[in-house]
Amino acid sequence: MDEKIIEIQHVSKSFGDKNVLRDINLYVKKGEFITLLGPSGCGKTTLLRMIAGFLQPDEGAILMDGKDITGIPPHLRQLNTVFQRYALFPHLDVYDNIAFGLKLKKTPEDEIDKKVRKVLKLVSMSDYEDRDVESLSGGQQQRIAIARAIVNQPQILLLDEPLAALDLKMRKDMQIELKEMHRKLGITFIYVTHDQEEALTLSDTIVVMNEGRIQQIGTPIDIYNEPVNCFVADFIGESNILKGRMLHDRRVAFIKHEFDCVDEGFGEDVPVDVVVRPEDIYFTTDPAKCQFRAKVNSCTFKGVHYEMWVDTDTGYELMIQDYDPYPVGTEVMLYIDPDDIQVMKKERVANVFEARVTGAGKVSFLDTEFACDTEGFAEGDTVQATVSFEKVDLLDHEETADLTGHVSVILYMGDHYHLTVKTETGENIWVDTNDIWDKGDFVGIKILPEDIRLSKPAAQHE
Amino acid sequence: MKKILAKAYLWLILLVLYLPIVFIAVFSFTEAKSLGNWTGFSLNLYKNLFTGSMQNSAGLISAVENTLLIALVASLIATLLGTVAAIGIFNLKGRKKQTMQFLNNIPMINPDIITGVSLFLLFVFLHVSQGYLTVILAHITFCTPYVVLNVLPKLSQMNPNIYEAALDLGATPFQALRKVLVPTLRPGMVSGFILSFTMSLDDFAVTFFTRGTIGLDTLSTFIYTDARKGGLTPELKPLMTIIFLVILAVLLFINVRSTKTKTN
Repeated sequence: MDEKIIEIQHVSKSFGDKNVLRDINLYVKKGEFITLLGPSGCGKTTLLRMIAGFLQPDEGAILMDGKDITGIPPHLRQLNTVFQRYALFPHLDVYDNIAFGLKLKKTPEDEIDKKVRKVLKLVSMSDYEDRDVESLSGGQQQRIAIARAIVNQPQILLLDEPLAALDLKMRKDMQIELKEMHRKLGITFIYVTHDQEEALTLSDTIVVMNEGRIQQIGTPIDIYNEPVNCFVADFIGESNILKGRMLHDRRVAFIKHEFDCVDEGFGEDVPVDVVVRPEDIYFTTDPAKCQFRAKVNSCTFKGVHYEMWVDTDTGYELMIQDYDPYPVGTEVMLYIDPDDIQVMKKERVANVFEARVTGAGKVSFLDTEFACDTEGFAEGDTVQATVSFEKVDLLDHEETADLTGHVSVILYMGDHYHLTVKTETGENIWVDTNDIWDKGDFVGIKILPEDIRLSKPAAQHE
Repeated sequence: MKKILAKAYLWLILLVLYLPIVFIAVFSFTEAKSLGNWTGFSLNLYKNLFTGSMQNSAGLISAVENTLLIALVASLIATLLGTVAAIGIFNLKGRKKQTMQFLNNIPMINPDIITGVSLFLLFVFLHVSQGYLTVILAHITFCTPYVVLNVLPKLSQMNPNIYEAALDLGATPFQALRKVLVPTLRPGMVSGFILSFTMSLDDFAVTFFTRGTIGLDTLSTFIYTDARKGGLTPELKPLMTIIFLVILAVLLFINVRSTKTKTN
């Protein structure tokens, strides 16, 4: 079980000037159900297509059973793929679709017959062998696509969002069947999806990806309970993501209250991000247990639980999920278990850009020239420009803006929004704001001269 | 009243469209030398056509043979070239794709006479002696864009992953092309072939300029020369009637078959 069947070493890939994958390192154990999870455009499908052999990495190597298979064309690889939109051959019937791979291998006719019937039974599609594939429903086509792949007895089955085109009910059923198939066949499954719930349900291991990088690798429980950064916390499940301060080991402050936690080793008085899942905030009637008070401002029935938004006494908004509803306007007492507070190292505390002094009082970064105080630096110097998140102004027009971009990620931090804005040149700038923007909004970006701080580049500093 | 008017209009249009053909068909059943004279019903023209007892019957037969041979060879090659070109164009991206599609459309809009004259000049310039080869080359030239135009939509309807699926299942690129891509594109290739075949059959202008001086005649150039020599040979009337009926039969067959496959 611990044998590595696939190893991906330092793989990078770009399409034009867009980096799709950056230095990916990953291994897959034999017999494992591993899921590549991420939003669209994160590079997960590109990585899968490289393992299949449809794409070549620009850099790095892919190993299978310890042998380098990087340059080997897809038809010579010992693995099969289930494609997103099935990709069945429309001119062949169900039987011939499944027999396609076996016929190419010159398998004897009676053996083909036996194998095809066996996989048809496995995917519960016996008696369909003479049907025209286009007369089948989406779910049936998907079963045939899976049958067509596994009939070749590959060592690895690659699945590219195989359930994305099915409706919810069908998807749930197929999830259970896939899991069952994985158990019966005992082969390695590499699964690509953007659906976090699907990933949590199916996988032994989840690889969370974003912007061409692996964010976190772990079991579903690890990923859910201990996300390593805001992206993972926000992408997997619901969460309250908040700015915090690690006071010392096992003690953290956020929403202007102090809490006991179980995290150590961050140092003293260090800014951190804190994640609390909405089901981990508990109501209490015991003033001794109460850590902070709040007022319920909305309560929605969600089927199994109620989803409530509360305003804390210190002015933060939190989401809570509980089986019992509290009416809007109720004053409630709340507490959080130390175990349920996930403290994460801050990825960044401010925007830091590599900049160039282009003249007295002028500096250039993000392909734009800004006015600022350049005292102590000469024209042509390479410097580091720091702009805090809350000092970046977003405008809904471009007339007075320094540059423009699109909102690409929105995180609600309890009392403000933390936005990632992608500029026209593809760079990221992070913004804290109280204004409400939507994902994809076109924004003008303005930075005032007094909010840009210049310093010597870090490398030269030492 | 409105309905009757609409119907009458439809019939009028059909009449205008088919009157000339009906005219020729009717007069193929009489013996009169000059057109428009009815001298009583007779099957003699048909008899002459098939027994070969008409003037220059050898010329006519060889013209028919040439026409069919050229059309067959040219449209086969054009189908092959056009399909490969369509796959190439389909895999281009953005501006390049648009440009290629635009360039493919120009020869179809270009008047035949210009295609004919320019090919003639090209062949003269390259010192290619004109005859079968040049006519076939010329026909391939104007047929290929039509094949491209017929195959491209089939490519965009195709699931882009099926070629990869074939490779994934162990097919070499050539096997994937033969066993998956070609069968999927076949309807487009067949309609491209039929279109090319009919275009080649009735082409006059391009053939006229590229056939050279070796006396190569296709049906259209044969009829043209014949008509200029002093009136149309009467036996051509039954010939044209037959050609029309054959084409009508083929079209009916294709239509019936396509409605059948749709209802299946």
